[in-house]
Amino acid sequence: MTPLAAYLLLSALLFAIGLAGALTRRNAIIVLIGIELMLNGANLNFIAFWRFGPNPEALTGVVFVLFSIGVAAAEAAVGLALILSIYRHYRTTNLEQVDSLKG
Amino acid sequence: MDWIVHRLWLIPATPLLAAGVSALLNHRRRRLAATLAIAAMATALVLSCLALAHAVEHPGQGSPVRQGVNFLWLHFGDPHASGTSLWLGWVLDPLAAAMLVMVSFVGLLIFIYSVGYMAHDENFARFFCFLSLFAAAMLGLVIANSLLLLFICWEVVGLTSYLLIGFWYQRPSAAAAAKKAFITTRIGDLALLLGMVWLYSQTGTLLFYDGGQGCLEPSALSRLAAQTTSLGIAVSTGIGLLIFCGAIGKSGQVPLHVWLPDAMEGPTPVSALIHAATMVAAGGFLVARVYPLMAAYPEGLKGVPGTLQVITWIGAITAFFAASIAVAQTDIKRILAYSTISQLGFMMLGLGAGGVAVGMFHLLTHAFFKSLLFLGAGSVIHGCAGEQDIRRMGGLRRFMPVTFATYAIGMLALSGFPLFFSGFWSKEEIFHYARGWISPWPLYLGVCAALLTAFYMARQVCYVFFGQSRAGVSPAPGAAGGQTGGPSHIAHESPGTMTLPLMVLALFSVVLGFIGTPVWPWFQGFLTGRSAVTEIGKLFEPDVLWLMALSSSIVFLGLGLGWWFYGRRPAMDAAEPDPLERLRPDVFALLRNKYFVDEAYEVSVIRLNAAWASACDWLDRRVWSGAVNLASWAVVGLGWLNRLVDEYVVNLGFDGSCRGLTEGGTRLSGLQSGRVQNYMRVIGVGLAVLVLLLIWGCHAG
Amino acid sequence: MTAPIAIIAVLTLAAAVTAMSLRNLVHCALMFMAALAGVAALYLGLGAQFVGFAQVLIYFGAVAILIVFAILLTRGTEPPREPILSKAWITGIAIAVVVFGVLSAMVLSSKALTREPGPTPQLPVHQLGAQLMTKYVLPLEVIGLLLTAALIGAVVIAMHDEEGG
Repeated sequence: MTPLAAYLLLSALLFAIGLAGALTRRNAIIVLIGIELMLNGANLNFIAFWRFGPNPEALTGVVFVLFSIGVAAAEAAVGLALILSIYRHYRTTNLEQVDSLKG
Repeated sequence: MDWIVHRLWLIPATPLLAAGVSALLNHRRRRLAATLAIAAMATALVLSCLALAHAVEHPGQGSPVRQGVNFLWLHFGDPHASGTSLWLGWVLDPLAAAMLVMVSFVGLLIFIYSVGYMAHDENFARFFCFLSLFAAAMLGLVIANSLLLLFICWEVVGLTSYLLIGFWYQRPSAAAAAKKAFITTRIGDLALLLGMVWLYSQTGTLLFYDGGQGCLEPSALSRLAAQTTSLGIAVSTGIGLLIFCGAIGKSGQVPLHVWLPDAMEGPTPVSALIHAATMVAAGGFLVARVYPLMAAYPEGLKGVPGTLQVITWIGAITAFFAASIAVAQTDIKRILAYSTISQLGFMMLGLGAGGVAVGMFHLLTHAFFKSLLFLGAGSVIHGCAGEQDIRRMGGLRRFMPVTFATYAIGMLALSGFPLFFSGFWSKEEIFHYARGWISPWPLYLGVCAALLTAFYMARQVCYVFFGQSRAGVSPAPGAAGGQTGGPSHIAHESPGTMTLPLMVLALFSVVLGFIGTPVWPWFQGFLTGRSAVTEIGKLFEPDVLWLMALSSSIVFLGLGLGWWFYGRRPAMDAAEPDPLERLRPDVFALLRNKYFVDEAYEVSVIRLNAAWASACDWLDRRVWSGAVNLASWAVVGLGWLNRLVDEYVVNLGFDGSCRGLTEGGTRLSGLQSGRVQNYMRVIGVGLAVLVLLLIWGCHAG
Repeated sequence: MTAPIAIIAVLTLAAAVTAMSLRNLVHCALMFMAALAGVAALYLGLGAQFVGFAQVLIYFGAVAILIVFAILLTRGTEPPREPILSKAWITGIAIAVVVFGVLSAMVLSSKALTREPGPTPQLPVHQLGAQLMTKYVLPLEVIGLLLTAALIGAVVIAMHDEEGG
């Protein structure tokens, strides 16, 4: 097994852990944390491909990850602001009780 | 002096106004209605006299002077295209002026007479309203310068005739007579309308005189005479015959004469005015008015136009035919009605054989003496409390001297008593022209008719005024007409309003003849636009002298025969058979039954019509009704089918799909749980599926 | 893969699993930070030093602090009495396992990954900066705009609504 495959499996495992958390926990903040973990897994993929890819001089993977981190920061800010707003409205962060989008 | 030409419309307008106002009046305002009508008629008479004076002042050189006003009545189609407009107008010429004075003068006298005659009638105001309307239409007819306007007035005249014949509509016979008159004349009017349309299609105008553009002026006439129809006769002849059909209907010529005797169901003034003096003479006037068309003949050819030949023959036959029927009638007014038909035949004979002046002269003289006779008969009927059967009169000479004297004058004028009565001169004129005609037979028929005229008038006068009163004796079986007046009622002279018109008319019956004698043919000259020359010598020309001798001897023969049969030994009893009946019962029965013309119509035209109507009825009930029912059933079936489709296909289909949509939406909205993690799960499944697809794609590739 | 890196990887995974499974939210946040640190270490190990430091700077300095503040503001410090997992947690786990299964199957079946790794590439920061200012200047500007918009949006969303309560 090559290092690249190992890193890819690692990032897939990290993604799956984050996904499992996001799908199973009730608390919105933990769900957000899970999503951040998934994002980290994906970023790890980019770096691994950059490191073990055919032309590491292109710097594409690195720049992509930098942008991704920036987007993640923005996402975290907006997501947590939403969670605060929801909490203020429903007095809870339990996602089971927040179902006003029900059709 | 052109004032009267431009104000000519006032002449018919004043009686029309009177008619309109009295139609709005309360029917109890009897005096006001009569005053209005008489005042309007007097105004019309004054204006007519002005018009006549104007016409006399402007004598033509060889042809009559015509002055008129034309105006656009209707315009249809492209306003710039020619020939799509209808013009109306009036014209003042000697013909119209003479007719105007005659109509308004006779009309005025009869209006005055009616005040006395209708004094006890409940619908006095209505009567004068109708009479005024009639006078307006008749005067309008006379001044019309357009065949269309003439036709309109012609129809209004027919309408008032209908209304006045049926004035006593409570009597079934009057209502039937009114219907008969209206329908019979309508047959002729249809032909007139057709002729009018044809004329319009050929010439593009219905104006008589329009400064060279009118349909009676040489350019149009030569065009009409030059063309021939598919039957080989000239267009002018065809149109002329159709127009003459209108005159046949209105003037009671054979074979459409049947309505006129029945029209005597109307009040006597109506009979005098409409059915003796004016309306029935309108047929003669129409022929005289369109005479140029009737006489149109292709240039360069000699001969008598077909239209005039037909007019002459019809006139001659009618004159003899009606006179022979009059011999055997017993109703005083019916005798006069047949006499009127006969005299109208003379007019047509004169128009056809001799031209406008000859026919019109007889028309005018006849108007006076025949209205005199009718009014005299009305006076007799009035005096005998409604009795109309001459067999139950008798001896009235003593009770009604004024009526007798005037009636005798009228009778002599009608018979054509020589030299002093107008009928003699006008009839003599007709014979004069008939003698020079292409066939001698019209003259023979006319002479026979004149003989019969003298005979039946003598018979009538003998029955009515001579002998002993036969009132109170039981009526003869099958007595014609006649109301059941009080038998013991003693006859009396009529009031002054009735006798005064009689005397005036009697005067004119005498003197009117002198304007048209061969010695001084002023009237003929007036109509044709030539100046009359006084020639005493004319009277003694062998031609004239021979004819005068002939007609005088005929008159004397007729009067003498009448006296021989009826005056020598007056009938004592109303049931006593007529002397002629004893002589030749079969001929007398034929005449009394008017040659069975009514019966012939009954079995031919009317039965055919009834059969046709019942055939139509059968067709309507069985065939068309069946077809309509079938169609309606088909429609009902279609509607039923439609409803089925609607209920079971459209509704169920729509309802079903709507319900399906609703259920599907409900189910789908169930997926929308509102839980974010559910959505994420679906996304996770989607991711897995996508990756699987990618793997599968790599392996497949 | 060297042993230290393998250890770091195992620690990272363990921290992540712990962060997803603890009841106390503050502990979860701490474990999350540990996982982030592990990932940053992996970046360093892969030769992407700048990315590793950026990860530490942004996640530690911004995201983790935000999360802690959010926990405090939503009174998440005291552990809830109700169960921490949702009712359908089994499906969630199953889906995660399936996703991991297909991903790893794909990784393992790929033939392109069998290439031997080359030497560790150099990542000079000045070269990165030059590229960001030339080749990637448009994405950089867009990211800047996005961050500004997200910041303003977050402020607007989280702003205390006086009237609405």
